[in-house]
Amino acid sequence: MDDNPGSDLAIRAHGLTRRFGTLVAVDHIDLSIPRGQVYGFLGPNGSGKSTTLRMLCGLLTPSAGDVEVLGLRIPAEAEALKRRIGYMTQKFSLYEDLTVLENLQFLAAIHDLPRARAAPRVQEVMDRYDLNGQRKQLAGTLSGGQRQRLALAGSVLHEPELLLLDEPTSAVDPESRRNFWASLFELADAGTTLLVSTHYMDEAERCHRLAILESGRLVADGTPQALCEALPGRVWLLQTAQTRMAEAALRASNEVLGVAQIGNSLRVLAEPGLDETGLRRLLPDGAAARIEIVAANLEDVFVAATHIARKDAA
Amino acid sequence: MNTTRLFAIILKELRQLRRDRLTFGMILGIPTLQLLLFGYAINLDIRHIDTAIVDQAQTVHSREIIAALDATGVVRLKSPVSTPEQLGDLLRKGRINIGIVLPRDLEHRLEIRDRPALQVMVDGSDQTVQAAARQLAAIPLPGMRANYQGVEVVNFYNPERRAPVNTVPGLIGVILTMTLVMFTAIALVRERERGNMEMLIATPVSPWELTLGKVLPFVAIGLVQVTVVLLLGKLVFSVPVRGLLIEVYAAALLFIMANLSLGILLSTLARSQFQAMQLAFFVFLPQILLSGFMFPYAGMPPAAQWIAEVLPMTHFIRLIRGIMLRGAGLADLPMDMLALAIIAVVLLVISTRRISKRLD
Repeated sequence: MDDNPGSDLAIRAHGLTRRFGTLVAVDHIDLSIPRGQVYGFLGPNGSGKSTTLRMLCGLLTPSAGDVEVLGLRIPAEAEALKRRIGYMTQKFSLYEDLTVLENLQFLAAIHDLPRARAAPRVQEVMDRYDLNGQRKQLAGTLSGGQRQRLALAGSVLHEPELLLLDEPTSAVDPESRRNFWASLFELADAGTTLLVSTHYMDEAERCHRLAILESGRLVADGTPQALCEALPGRVWLLQTAQTRMAEAALRASNEVLGVAQIGNSLRVLAEPGLDETGLRRLLPDGAAARIEIVAANLEDVFVAATHIARKDAA
Repeated sequence: MNTTRLFAIILKELRQLRRDRLTFGMILGIPTLQLLLFGYAINLDIRHIDTAIVDQAQTVHSREIIAALDATGVVRLKSPVSTPEQLGDLLRKGRINIGIVLPRDLEHRLEIRDRPALQVMVDGSDQTVQAAARQLAAIPLPGMRANYQGVEVVNFYNPERRAPVNTVPGLIGVILTMTLVMFTAIALVRERERGNMEMLIATPVSPWELTLGKVLPFVAIGLVQVTVVLLLGKLVFSVPVRGLLIEVYAAALLFIMANLSLGILLSTLARSQFQAMQLAFFVFLPQILLSGFMFPYAGMPPAAQWIAEVLPMTHFIRLIRGIMLRGAGLADLPMDMLALAIIAVVLLVISTRRISKRLD
């Protein structure tokens, strides 16, 4: 079980699948998520991130597959699991007509915190997440960043071993996001396993490990660095006078997976076989261009992975 | 006014309405229910009122009179009883609404005509029954002459025939039903609509904790409402509490639980607060029309009476009128207490079963 020696995995899933009618929202996903890490789920809307998170915390019953979270079989032992996890929903889910303090007191009681422990713990999270100024304020009147801090405070109140966060930063400003991520790493350092879904590349880049989801399928996983290094010599930066024509020409080629305009240059993700000469040949006649090879970033990984997935699907 | 925009809005409304199946159903369901209830179930010209007769005379004339009473169709004679005391007991327990005594000296009274020959005791806690019973005063008696008032109709429990005495006890039921079912019907749906539910079900909270936690605060609110109606009834309308006050509260408590369980059940059925309100109204209608609060139970066809038996309000109306007006005790009305308890428990169990700690 959970104290089984050598079990350093917080989550183990095999063939995890969820169907809604004919729609396959999550399609045979395998996961091995180590403890004490920030693990990201990166994918566009509708790629199955939320559904996967909900299955992992026992809110949705998988249509197929074996799941073990913190050593507990899901969904059979979901109720036992709920004592040991924190779940921060995508939509703000605390009571808008209760104050910050009242919300936290409610959650402390719901999570069975002993009475003597509850008050100091509530104070502790209010201190940590900078909510003291709003303790008597109704949650509904908080700003986006404050709400998010309150939601995080509420979901870690009972010191869960595993924290699942569903697009936690979609409604906050950049500075709040930075602070929020600092908080997440602090929790990971203290031994909490964190599962964060996002569709922001910069957030995904911060994760220790990452799974890329596309149409319910796991198309790549690993550390962000390893994922980027798996695309050697395939990303080119191309400067030309006629960016729009060049872009159209490149897009038409099967050997080009993705083209993105960045200022005056084009960032091109190519198939492995394509070299500089080959790339020049694809440009419109006589177009002068400066071409250099650059390191892949997560966006390239994402484009490459989803491209492969779509090709497989077709 | 731009008609394109106007039609766009009309079309949007119709489309949304079509997708809200429950509301769509209610558009047809509420008028159908109302029409059927008013058309079939409610009958102010009531007949076949449960009646018991004590025939102390046991003469040809007394049997003639009983046959004449039966022929009016106003009463439905139950098995005969032997003493006026038994008659009083049945009236208090609500088993009969009319009790008729044919005195030992019936023949003598018919002869001398100094006193009414026939005594009709009416349960005055229902005005319609009261009115119907008064028809009995006109039945022909053997050897009847003009200027002889041979039948004496005695109005029990509400001798002055004051309307508030009949209405106020039942009003407790109406007020409790209206507010409590509505409050709790919204309770769970609101959590779901606002997204609180997803957070709650990811915690160790159990469905029983959730339902009972939602219901119990309203028990106190319900008891406060009962107190307000009782106080106002007493102070403003001089409505008596002839039975024990503690038994009024005991009956109210069971009724409150039944209503809250009903509300919670509706809350598990509705998908939005709007739907919950409609469902609350939908169950409120038959309760107010069939429970005997507005229209007498005796006047309803059997089918309506069966429906009335499963409505908590029917049993509460019987209990509260019995205790407050007829001075009955809970021990006199055990079936209604039992019915309320069963309704409360069954609905609460169903609701709790319906609360899933899953999203699927």
